[in-house]
Parts: sequence; C-alpha cells; structure tokens
Amino acid sequence: MAAHELRPETWVDRYADYLFNYAVARVSDSEIAKDLVQETFFAGLNSAKNYKGDAAERTWLIAILKRKVIDHYRKINSKKGKAEVRINYSSDADSEGDWLEEQVADPFSKDGDNTLENEELGLAIQECISKLPKKQSLVFNMKTIQGMSTEDICNELGINPSNLWVMIHRARAALMGCLNQNWF
Amino acid sequence: MKISCEEAAHICTKSQYKEAGFWEIQKLRLHIFMCKTCAQFTRKNKTLTTLCNKAGLNVLSESDKNTMKQDLEKHL
Repeated sequence: MAAHELRPETWVDRYADYLFNYAVARVSDSEIAKDLVQETFFAGLNSAKNYKGDAAERTWLIAILKRKVIDHYRKINSKKGKAEVRINYSSDADSEGDWLEEQVADPFSKDGDNTLENEELGLAIQECISKLPKKQSLVFNMKTIQGMSTEDICNELGINPSNLWVMIHRARAALMGCLNQNWF
Repeated sequence: MKISCEEAAHICTKSQYKEAGFWEIQKLRLHIFMCKTCAQFTRKNKTLTTLCNKAGLNVLSESDKNTMKQDLEKHL
C-alpha cells in the first residue's frame, strides 16, 4: 500500500517555511539556509523515484535536508586550517587564573535545553501554520513573524484592516487549538 | 462600556500586536472581569504570543518562495 505519494508542486507552499526553520537553527545564516532548502527540493525531485512512500513527504524531505546541512559543514571545513579553533589567553596580560574556565565558559550554557526546546516549539508552530488556509497563514506570517504594519499588509494584499483582523483572529484561534495539546 | 464577546476577542487579538487603543483595552478589561470565556481566551492568546516570540520563527518571503517555485517547476 503506497500510503504517501510525492506532490512536488505543493512543496514550496507546504514545507518551505518548515524546512527553512530547521535549516536556520542549524546553520544560523538565512541565506545559506535558503540555499539548502532549495537544494533539498531539487534533490528530492531528482530522487523522487526512490521514494517508497513509507515515510511522510515532510519526513523524507527533512532527511534530505539533514544530509545537505552535513554536506555544508563538510564543505566549509574541508580547507585545511579552517576548522582550527584559535584561542589566545585574554588580551589584558594582567589577568591570571583558570585559563580554560575563563576562556570557554559559556555564561548562557544553562540555556542549552531552552534552545532545543525552542527549536521544537518553532517547528511545532510552523507545522500548525502550514495547516491553516493559505490566506490566513500568509497574513499571520506577515504580521506576527515579519512584523509588518497593518497598513503595509493591507496595501500589499488589497484588503481592509477589519478584514485583516478577522483573518488574524481566525488564524490565532486555529493555532491555539492546534498547539493546545502540547504547549499550553 | 459594554461590548460583545466578539468585539472583546477582536480587541484582544489587536492588543497582541500592541494596536489596541487605550479605551479599547479598558473595555476589554471590564469585559474580561465579567466573562470567563473571554478571560480564558485572552490568557491563551497571550500565551500564543509568548510562544511565538520564544520560538524565534523565521519565514521565507513570498518573493523567495515564488522564485523557488519557478525554479522547481523548471525541473518538473
């Protein structure tokens, strides 16, 4: 039974943001992340015939993206010396003390779990957003994530403000419902 | 000063983007004081805002997506 099949023409609308978030969290550069997502779609297209249908489309694409991220780090580290970490002892020569602790201590290290959790949260929200009707998710993204002003959005989409608020309201209500089980 | 639940929800959503006026917020407060359902909705709405901020979401712009779509279509 082929439970899943590929529909590449819907990929960008359905998965681009999800994959993009996943990539940004790993390469911390939105340009590179964008390229990786693009490459992932191409690679997916090229190996579409290998898709057996036992994983959901998105899982399959994420698996490809993972390889792309690894390839990316291989590439930037392939030149000799690039991967070296150079640390000098603190520039003010007076200081004495625990070299390692001073140099490498990460004051934010207790946030390690938070970062992970926030990434999961981001993907969960993204997944819920992708379930919204296209227009609603578009307005929600522009308003909430890109932080555009109401006026700009209305001009761009040719809607009036009360229209916009209704859409945002519906989107938010749907998101609350969708996130409800895990995050509220 | 009395408003409907619908209106309250509308103001609440606006206030998540700091676009509700002063009097609107007063009206909302009064309404929440009396209406449990809206109080709960407001709480959830606020949580959603916090979650969205915490997640540090990123999106591709529509133009980027359109370029991607076009490139992809060429390969289809």
